[in-house]
Amino acid sequence: MTKSITFIIDGKEILGREGQTILEAALEAGVYIPHLCYHPELKPFGSCRVCTVMANGRTVASCTTPIAEGMIVESGTERIREYRKALVEMLFVEGNHFCMVCEKSGNCELQAMAYRLGITAPRFPYIFPKREVDASHPEVFIDRNRCILCGRCVRASRDVDGKHVFDFTGRGPERKVAVNSSGRLAETNLSSADKAVDICPVGAILRKGEAYMVPVGKRAFDKKPIGSEIEEKGGAPRG
Amino acid sequence: MSKNLELAIKKFSSQVAHDRTRLLEVLRMVQDEFGCVSPEAQEILAREFHVQRVEVASLVSFYAFLSEKPQGKAVIRLCKGCIDEMHGMDRIAKAFSEELGIPVGGTTPDGKITLERTNCMGMCDQAPAALVNGTLVPWLSTDKVKEIVQALKQDPDPRKLVTKLGDGNNAHPLVRAMVVNNIRKAGPVVFSPFEPGKALRAALSMHPAEVIRDIKTSRLRGRGGAGFPTGLKWEFTRSAKGYRKFVVCNADEGEPGTFKDRVILTEQAHMVFEGMTIGGWAIGADQGILYLRGEYSYLVPFLNQVLEERRKAGLLGRNILGKEDFHFDIRVYVGAGAYICGEETALINSLEGRRGDPRNRPPFPAQEGYLGAPTTVNNVETFCKVARILEKGPGWFAEMGTPQSTGTKVLSISGDIKAPGVYEVPFGITLKELLKEAGGEDASAVQVGGASGRMVPPAEFDRKICYDDLATGGSIMVFGPSRDLLEIVENFLDFFIEESCGFCTPCRVGNVLLKKKISEIRAGRAEPGDADYLKNLGETIKATARCGLGQTSPNPVLSTLEGFPELYRSREKAGETPERPTFDLSGALAQAERITGRKAVHLEDEA
Repeated sequence: MTKSITFIIDGKEILGREGQTILEAALEAGVYIPHLCYHPELKPFGSCRVCTVMANGRTVASCTTPIAEGMIVESGTERIREYRKALVEMLFVEGNHFCMVCEKSGNCELQAMAYRLGITAPRFPYIFPKREVDASHPEVFIDRNRCILCGRCVRASRDVDGKHVFDFTGRGPERKVAVNSSGRLAETNLSSADKAVDICPVGAILRKGEAYMVPVGKRAFDKKPIGSEIEEKGGAPRG
Repeated sequence: MSKNLELAIKKFSSQVAHDRTRLLEVLRMVQDEFGCVSPEAQEILAREFHVQRVEVASLVSFYAFLSEKPQGKAVIRLCKGCIDEMHGMDRIAKAFSEELGIPVGGTTPDGKITLERTNCMGMCDQAPAALVNGTLVPWLSTDKVKEIVQALKQDPDPRKLVTKLGDGNNAHPLVRAMVVNNIRKAGPVVFSPFEPGKALRAALSMHPAEVIRDIKTSRLRGRGGAGFPTGLKWEFTRSAKGYRKFVVCNADEGEPGTFKDRVILTEQAHMVFEGMTIGGWAIGADQGILYLRGEYSYLVPFLNQVLEERRKAGLLGRNILGKEDFHFDIRVYVGAGAYICGEETALINSLEGRRGDPRNRPPFPAQEGYLGAPTTVNNVETFCKVARILEKGPGWFAEMGTPQSTGTKVLSISGDIKAPGVYEVPFGITLKELLKEAGGEDASAVQVGGASGRMVPPAEFDRKICYDDLATGGSIMVFGPSRDLLEIVENFLDFFIEESCGFCTPCRVGNVLLKKKISEIRAGRAEPGDADYLKNLGETIKATARCGLGQTSPNPVLSTLEGFPELYRSREKAGETPERPTFDLSGALAQAERITGRKAVHLEDEA
């Protein structure tokens, strides 16, 4: 039997299990902590920092911090909310995100997060980077303009698909998702059935020919805000 | 060529037994031999090490000393540090460019010489300096540029550039460097005579737990900058469960303005290795690794000889000093140009032949470090302190310094002072006293702790160097009245942008945004709200970044906002209308004007 651990998020007592992270325990208990790079089927990564909380007075990423008995976590405070907004705005200005013409609009976690956090326009100036698009593969394309470097595709391809089609190259602002070939996605062994293709939170990796199978207006986040499915399990909305 | 490449890679790979954790070493060999790690080489390497090609590409693109594109036989790297800039590096770079007929980043058409800029190489006290392959060239001048270029054109072997040897072990036949030590003040702990074996004998006469107790009694704290209690770190590592344990010495000295570890390794290598061996005894490790920054690779043959001497003297190897069952050896591992690898978990990744992206913590290295085993990572200077504490006793050590910061600190002091160099001083010394000793009393600002530290104004020169006041890993940069401090802030931000691994959002994006705003302010487009904007952005990055780099990179901005508010205020143009020129319309239209060949209409009304 795993040991159970009791801790507090925003005054609410949460019962978790030893070995769980703050985020895992919170989501299981129906408390939504906003997050982007985290995915329940993948190893925690901790790159987007959107899930930042205060744990015993220190800011940490809740997706990589294990719970501890009696831990006091603050997630819904004004300060944390401001950090999250700033981080999501950074992701918007860092890439080239044009929601109005993006196939992913309405299913995009970044867009949905911006709505949830009440972002209308970023406070930061756009960086307008030059990013590569790769449509060489017959079934899948990559549009790096929309990539938020969350590493979901990298982890999924390596750890779930057992292929290692993607990895990061470069560092700092030059960091990008590269493919396992001389440069083109078509030369890799990526299949459109791979987990890596399903898991992109934004419109950076998409299957060809499926863009408008679900019309705009009827998409996941058109109906209810991101995180609602968690909160429906557990109580009052927060974050 | 292709055949040669394949044969060479096969040879290198078998030298390391196709061990994936040693891939970075092989990449360096390929780079040195062929001037690049070409896409073709990457493919062969992937086969040899049974990894995916994209993993090799990931490494090559991460480390500054590896390149996919061919480089010249001689690669001239000019330091970009702010101290070098202050000493006229711009002029030097221009002279090199003209003399070679190539821009920075270019290679001569004959493929012989490449010209590059690189981040602080630990030569601030003999700036401006260059690194040509493995050879450090101090005190550059425009005259010297001509000589260097001529010599390299005749023979691209940079060792031929060595004319006058430096002092101490810099003149050792295995070092032969033009570098000088500049030891201005030798203290009782690090820079006084050291007899190899004495401290280790004392340690081995005690139980490992007693050694740790002594270190704790001395209240020794880590000398890399963070100041974590060394005894406690060792206790954690000792008590952690693991199939084996490791001692790692962090000699990836990369903080701008720091060069003391270079001097310590040159003059007190025995002491460093002795401290590591004591660490091995204390935590129960059998292997030590010195992670040396790539810029200091010229020290490798010398360090290896010191290790060999120690093996012969029974201070390393099996049954050390006759102690049965105590086996410990040390090897030197050379980095490949990445500041972030000074962060201990990034360093461990790099040791394992991976990208130097830091790891998530927990687990801490003391629990799960190198190859998953409990590992203690300590700074070069910390190991020296350990050796001396065992030799002279914790009481002797703790009497020096302040109650919370015991012992001495080795500082690297550079910039606008008369006597740049290395100073070993007791903790608790004030900036004022320090400036007096180094001859920099007219300083208008002192950067304590490197780019990630803080800029201290003259009103605060009574503050003390110690962990509770002005903490520093050793970097002290002094700026005189003629310096533009905002230019220095921008230089630091450029440094962090380039050295960030790019893993987490706040560091990857936030530093670029800080720099954008500072550039605007410097260009005369300051807005009244800028100070608040910078403060909020800086604090967000600090609070949310994943590792120490991002948690400190906004410090130059935040500390100047605090200590030098007039820097920012004075750029707001006085007497202007509330509509300030925050957007450079003419600049934005310049390209369109060029293309269309006519002037934009809006300019007609302006002066």
